[in-house]
Amino acid sequence: MSLTVENLSATLGRTQILHDVSGLHARPGEVTALIGPNGAGKSTLLKAIAGIERARGNIMLDDHDMSSLGFAERASRLYYLPQDVGSRAALSVFEAVLLARRTVALPGQRSNDLQLTQDALYALELEHYAERELGQLSGGQRQRVAIAQAIVRSPRLLMLDEPTSALDLHHQLQVLDWLSCLARERNMIIIIAIHDLSMAARFASHIWVMKDGRTEATGSPHEVLTPDRLRAVYAIETHVEWPEGEPPRITPLAATRRLGEREH
Amino acid sequence: MPRSLTAAATHHPAPEDSISRYHARRRRHYWLLAAMVIVTIGAVIADISIGPGNYPLQDIITAVIHPSEAPRILAVVIWEIRLPVALMAIVVGTSLAVAGAEMQTILNNPLADPFNLGITQAASFGAALAIVLGFAVIPGFGPLLTTINAFVLAMFSSLIIWSISRLRGVSIQTMVLMGIALMFFFNSLQGILQYIASAEALQQLIFWTLGSLSRSSWPKVGLAALALVITLPFFFSAGWRLTALRLGDLHAKALGVNVGRLRLTVLMCSSLLAATAVAFVGAVPFVGLVAPHIARLLVGEDQRIFLPMSALTGALLMSLTSILSKTLIPGVLLPIGIITALIGLPFFISLILKSRKELW
Repeated sequence: MSLTVENLSATLGRTQILHDVSGLHARPGEVTALIGPNGAGKSTLLKAIAGIERARGNIMLDDHDMSSLGFAERASRLYYLPQDVGSRAALSVFEAVLLARRTVALPGQRSNDLQLTQDALYALELEHYAERELGQLSGGQRQRVAIAQAIVRSPRLLMLDEPTSALDLHHQLQVLDWLSCLARERNMIIIIAIHDLSMAARFASHIWVMKDGRTEATGSPHEVLTPDRLRAVYAIETHVEWPEGEPPRITPLAATRRLGEREH
Repeated sequence: MPRSLTAAATHHPAPEDSISRYHARRRRHYWLLAAMVIVTIGAVIADISIGPGNYPLQDIITAVIHPSEAPRILAVVIWEIRLPVALMAIVVGTSLAVAGAEMQTILNNPLADPFNLGITQAASFGAALAIVLGFAVIPGFGPLLTTINAFVLAMFSSLIIWSISRLRGVSIQTMVLMGIALMFFFNSLQGILQYIASAEALQQLIFWTLGSLSRSSWPKVGLAALALVITLPFFFSAGWRLTALRLGDLHAKALGVNVGRLRLTVLMCSSLLAATAVAFVGAVPFVGLVAPHIARLLVGEDQRIFLPMSALTGALLMSLTSILSKTLIPGVLLPIGIITALIGLPFFISLILKSRKELW
């Protein structure tokens, strides 16, 4: 019982974004990190799995072929948290989170929706802002509202596209720690597209590396995050440490070429 | 001390009671809605009471509730003239406001309304075809020729926007631009007809395009209300999905909303409302644009409350317009289109400046 992706291709207009992406597996109870440079196709891959972007290929979730599921059925099983959650709609934080429970029929009783919303707001330290409108929040607070929306859906598969990009360090650590805890306790499959490699190494059990719309590598952080691979994928020199009893440290040292220089 | 974030994961109840604060906010909104209903009913009563004859309010209320007990002339004036006009104001105000609110929502644009999307201008051109050339788009409607022409052309213009939006890769900005282009296109066509029109036809056309409630009758009120009866249940049933659209297309899709289908259905329903309203009373600017903004300032954008508040605000604005059209210059019935723009606009601007709140 897991997520597998095979032979996935996607085009945007006339540009092919995903080239036959294969061999991706994500297990329940674990956080899988999706890493790769800008334009590697991370967001497109997550959107294709979510059914938001058109794609050809095989996506199996718990032995169900995702392409055979209808729009609403798919939406009740998985949730994709977009990168840009900057809406300034005149909605209160509570209304915005409750909304995530009401757009499609979700498992669980409707009468629990308010309680689930309150719990999610509390967990993300948003309860004091419950009545505030989205337009009055900071970028980081809006991002936490979006994460709260994802959580109240309680999906089997949760995909988050750079969910910590606008968060301060305190909330980055809290949110990632919490997501790995959620994955374990609810036996969810969680995939996070993330740029911070140290955070990826620390919180993910499994890593997918993408470059130029192709799968570059998959495996445990130890197997995947090596200086050679990071040089090949990101064009950076790194210092990688796995100290005993401490979080892994991946320190970027230098870019292998300057801005404007081309690869030979 | 950092909070344990596992509370939600393990379903421990949160100590902060944001649910009761949410209920309090909902109650506040319902009170506002109730207040709006009362003010609107007051406006309708005032609209029925005001007019030539200066009948006492008591007699007017008797004529409304027990027409057989009121003087015959008064009963006829109230039931055949004033009530259809007052109710048409309510129905048209509601229709334009709901159409504007949903057009702004689906196009994610604060300037979208039946006027700016060319629907009103198309209706005006349809009316001009009837008035100036006597041409019937659908023959056989006799006295309803102008109304039917206006309705058909208005629906035709929204069908153009609808067809274009079905093409792949067409963004909502393109839809708005298309609407603006249509507005200018129909304006030009109407300009040609005005240029060749006889003096009498021109006067009639100008009277039509400036908007008037005085053509109202019970069958027309019934037909206009029918459009609301057909579309409102759909809008209410799609409330959460429409609210989700305001988070952006991608976010709404992630929430399971079939954005493309919803946008097209809502566009057609809003066009039906706008086309019906404009066909019966002529081009009324401003109400469809402003009523949703006032509602948004009052209660936010949760469609469960935003939609009824927009509808009531539109109804109230049109009812007040009807009153002003009779009272601003005693003895003269001013066109409603002039009043909505002239009086409404400064009021709206002052509202924005006073509230100091972002409108969008």
